[in-house]
Amino acid sequence: MKNISSNVTDELQAQTGVKVERCYQCGKCSAGCVLAEDMDYPPNYMIHLLQTGTKENLDTVLKSKSIWLCLNCENCVGRCPMEIDIPKVMDFMRERSLKENKQSKAAKDIIAFHRSFLDCIKFTGHLYEIGLIVGFKARTMHLWQDVKLAPKMFTKGKLKLFPEMVKDSHNIKNIFSKTKK
Amino acid sequence: MKIGFYPGCSLEGTSREYNESVLALGNALDIEFEEIKDWNCCGATAAHSVNKELSLSLPARVLALAERQNFSEIVVPCAACYNRLTTTQYELAQDEEKKKRISEIIEMPYDGSVRILNVLQMLQKYAVDSIAQKVTNPFKHSVACYYGCLLVRPHKILQFDRVEDPQSMDTLMSAIGANTLDWAFKTECCGGGLSVSRTDIVSKLSGNLLKDAKDRGAEAIIVACPMCHSNLDMRRPEINKYLGEDIEIPVLYITQAIGLALGLEPEKLGIKRHFVNVNLI
Repeated sequence: MKNISSNVTDELQAQTGVKVERCYQCGKCSAGCVLAEDMDYPPNYMIHLLQTGTKENLDTVLKSKSIWLCLNCENCVGRCPMEIDIPKVMDFMRERSLKENKQSKAAKDIIAFHRSFLDCIKFTGHLYEIGLIVGFKARTMHLWQDVKLAPKMFTKGKLKLFPEMVKDSHNIKNIFSKTKK
Repeated sequence: MKIGFYPGCSLEGTSREYNESVLALGNALDIEFEEIKDWNCCGATAAHSVNKELSLSLPARVLALAERQNFSEIVVPCAACYNRLTTTQYELAQDEEKKKRISEIIEMPYDGSVRILNVLQMLQKYAVDSIAQKVTNPFKHSVACYYGCLLVRPHKILQFDRVEDPQSMDTLMSAIGANTLDWAFKTECCGGGLSVSRTDIVSKLSGNLLKDAKDRGAEAIIVACPMCHSNLDMRRPEINKYLGEDIEIPVLYITQAIGLALGLEPEKLGIKRHFVNVNLI
């Protein structure tokens, strides 16, 4: 009998190739995770939630802070005896979380940073630090953060005033519109 | 011999000294670079965090442009770019349909044939045998070689060095006279892309590794990643505040350290661009 739960694990496997049911909960991922203590659910527990395959537990993962804190440093998969690609699961969950508008409020700054970063690339093709920071501050209202850093970066020649532009900007815009979800 | 060169965004901004030192060292070692024309950002952490297809398309465009210029190999000094480009190449090689779809998105033919080298691989391939003979100012300091995550993981895809205790940087640093230390944080994460959005986390992670390097007697930390560098260098006030002590150990790119040992001018290696003074010279 196929229960409702298997849809979750089936879809995860179809989209990422990752079989969460292979995990036998040894906990090596969480032992090596530099941010496990800052997460609401450590990596092995997230995988356990997904193993149950229930919609409710999937929602817990999608609403978690953990998926946004994960740095994709790949330590977990590097040490996993079953080679379960947890960072790939994290990428999938982040994308899904935004799509279903379930992102954790605690991750608002992290998400604002990612969005401001991608806005820069969409318009210039390159990262433009000033544009990135202006976008980030506008989204988060952290107006005074790092204000002391900018003048020093400038005098050290690390802050360019104008963005470098990709010549074929049309091509970059098309890439963004074709991959828009 | 000409090798394709993909600087990436950090090297034209916050990590200009990495760009300067790679080019200066290339010049000294007779490695000729040619920049990939009209390259774009690889998408970095932001793209793969929120949009899988975009995170494959942006690096694929760079690789397709390199193919258009007939490069058989390209050097990618930024560890994050190196990781994104290599991961994209790997994923598209596994899935013919995805490869076709991405090629349509970027509106360019994409084959996936370019060999991607990080700076350590480039030095291993073109310089490791000759560096020792070219040293004029041995780098006689105890150093902690810090690889970070993106150069060595995931091993299955990158196939570079040892995943837990890599040696390539240590070998190169020994060749120029350094005493390379055994330490515990060689491949731990510095906090990477959370530098702006969660500076508190970066201070903690980078602080822990800096403290271990200091406790083991490091006079310098050697890196090959712009994110590791900017977190350890530009975020030093926050790190020191977290640690409750003033650690003044400088952080050098491997290309700067080798450049100094080969007698290149510090100015040309961008040594003065650091926030933490390099007081080793």
